Amino acid sequence: MERPKNIIQKIWEQHVVHREEGKPDLLYIDLHLVHEVTSPQAFEGLRMNGRKVRRPDLTFATMDHNVPTRQRLVIEDPISKKQIDTLQQNCEEFGIPLAHIHHPDNGIVHVIGPELGLTQPGKTIVCGDSHTSTHGAFGALAFGIGTSEVEHVLATQTLWQAPPKTMNVKVKGKLGKGVTAKDLILAIIGKFGVKFGTGYIIEYTGEAIREMSMDERMTVCNMSIEGGARAGLISPDETTFEYLRGRKHVPQGKAFEEAVTRWKSLATDEGAEYDAVVEIDATEVEPQVTWGTNPGMCIPISANVPNPEDADKANDREEIKRALEYMGLEAGQPISSVKIDHVFIGSCTNSRLSDLRKAAEIIRGKKVHPSVKAIVVPGSFSVKMAAEKEGLDKVFTDAGFEWRNAGCSMCLGMNDDLIPSGERCASTSNRNFEGRQGKGARTHLVSPEMAAAAAIAGHFVDVRTFSAQEVG
Amino acid sequence: MEPLRIHQGIVCPINRANIDTDQIIPKQFLKRIERSGFGQFLFYNWRFDDEGNPNPDFPLNQPQYKGASILVAGENFGCGSSREHAPWAVQDFGFRVIIAPSFADIFKNNTVKNGILAIQATEEQVQTIMKKAETEGYTLTINLEDQIVYDSEGFKFTFDIAPYPKEMLLNGWDEIGVTLKYEEKIAQYEQSKQLVHTK
Repeated sequence: MERPKNIIQKIWEQHVVHREEGKPDLLYIDLHLVHEVTSPQAFEGLRMNGRKVRRPDLTFATMDHNVPTRQRLVIEDPISKKQIDTLQQNCEEFGIPLAHIHHPDNGIVHVIGPELGLTQPGKTIVCGDSHTSTHGAFGALAFGIGTSEVEHVLATQTLWQAPPKTMNVKVKGKLGKGVTAKDLILAIIGKFGVKFGTGYIIEYTGEAIREMSMDERMTVCNMSIEGGARAGLISPDETTFEYLRGRKHVPQGKAFEEAVTRWKSLATDEGAEYDAVVEIDATEVEPQVTWGTNPGMCIPISANVPNPEDADKANDREEIKRALEYMGLEAGQPISSVKIDHVFIGSCTNSRLSDLRKAAEIIRGKKVHPSVKAIVVPGSFSVKMAAEKEGLDKVFTDAGFEWRNAGCSMCLGMNDDLIPSGERCASTSNRNFEGRQGKGARTHLVSPEMAAAAAIAGHFVDVRTFSAQEVG
Repeated sequence: MEPLRIHQGIVCPINRANIDTDQIIPKQFLKRIERSGFGQFLFYNWRFDDEGNPNPDFPLNQPQYKGASILVAGENFGCGSSREHAPWAVQDFGFRVIIAPSFADIFKNNTVKNGILAIQATEEQVQTIMKKAETEGYTLTINLEDQIVYDSEGFKFTFDIAPYPKEMLLNGWDEIGVTLKYEEKIAQYEQSKQLVHTK
């Protein structure tokens, strides 16, 4: 009998074009997603060498990082505009389909791939963006690449890749009420550190994962890279197939049923082994808030900000001290006492329809705290339309949130959505690095529900008891 | 890409762990459409204050590290985004070798494509180098063929590197040119598979 394989090994083996001793595998890429920031130099490289795009029909481009979210079609920054225009010219020259800012399919690359059904189980998917791991939620092998690799995929539709080590992150039990996919992935990174996944591709398994919607699975896989893993995936199941059924690029009718049969065979075999296994108990996870300058620096909402003196190693003490200083926090203060100035609900981690619905539920009929500026940036044009159809925009604007247009926005502040130096933001995005949301800006990563509750309270608050509280 | 066989240079230490790509090159400098000219923005928020004046405490601004071509840093160097602007900035500033206890995967891949050698050393070796680099003009030599790092005082260690990146760096090859030799195999693969089109 053939040795049982995990899903990562199965997808890998199906995509090896060439294998020889002393070389990585030459791996075929099924889908190449492109955006305006990490592609211009790649297209320029092709032109300089007189090369073509091998498979424009396996390539798809969008504009997201630089896109303004107030007045979508007026790009005031001339350099941003140049990057946007350059992508359009490159797509025209090389024949690549593009979801232009004007196009209804436009949005954040990791939101629209799944929406359009381009993301499918068993595919190898790359993009010049580290959050490409998001697509792993569908049982695809999806990872971020640099611009030289973008050029390589454009020219050859392949990449030289050493077979990865595989890791199983086992999530035992179910998440409690008010505890989200975002809290789970933050707790995983908090527990195992920001480099536990380096050199690995992760498969997430367990009851809590199985119970998640596709939106929630995307949130988990999205942040695999924050734990060091280039890719993180989940074996496909009925939830996956139901999400995909009827979407634009997914086979229809009988062909869909055939595809489902193929996809089912990808799931990890009983008894398959991994190079590493780690476990976390979902029942113990509380809503999380990051206090420091990387996503591993997170604590439950009930906890206090750490004291550097409690760290075992001198290097850790130094790192905690520096993070506290940057974040303007006192060692030992309760995280719930930390007042915020801004709330950002958006990004490829948490800007899908269900994220917006959950945040809206928290704030319905309430008002944003007078000292807080709050914005919602839907992940795509289609999310925005769907949310407006349900009246979510009204819920947000009535509460005092700004309702914006789709884009990456304040997750990385490449457009004009920035946090001023020294100000503090509760953000549903994925990175709390120094300066990420603006030079000197202080970012706290949380779930959409926790961000919404903080917007009303003016400080961090446990969303599980929030609705019962007196708000003011 | 310029081949890298033996490299000798001044060592500049940045004694921090988890140096992310947002620190290596902040996002406001990602809007250029060229590959060159990113060195001036390397570690921008650490190198310059709010008025744009050099921060005298940051090693890259200190005269003793002028002309350094070997960067030594703490673990998990290059974590975060996939932006190749990070290694472009490192290289454009004049660095050819980075030594750290560990590197983020995507960043490490990106270094090879740009002729930068990322050497994974032990925490102890890195701390030894950090200490030695406090002396002005401290120089290391790297012999990639033999996979050794050494100085003039007898400090020496070997390092691991996979055969493929080693070959790429030693020869300075254009990887796409290499891959296109397998064009026939790629075409065969494509014929054997059902591929989902984006159009």
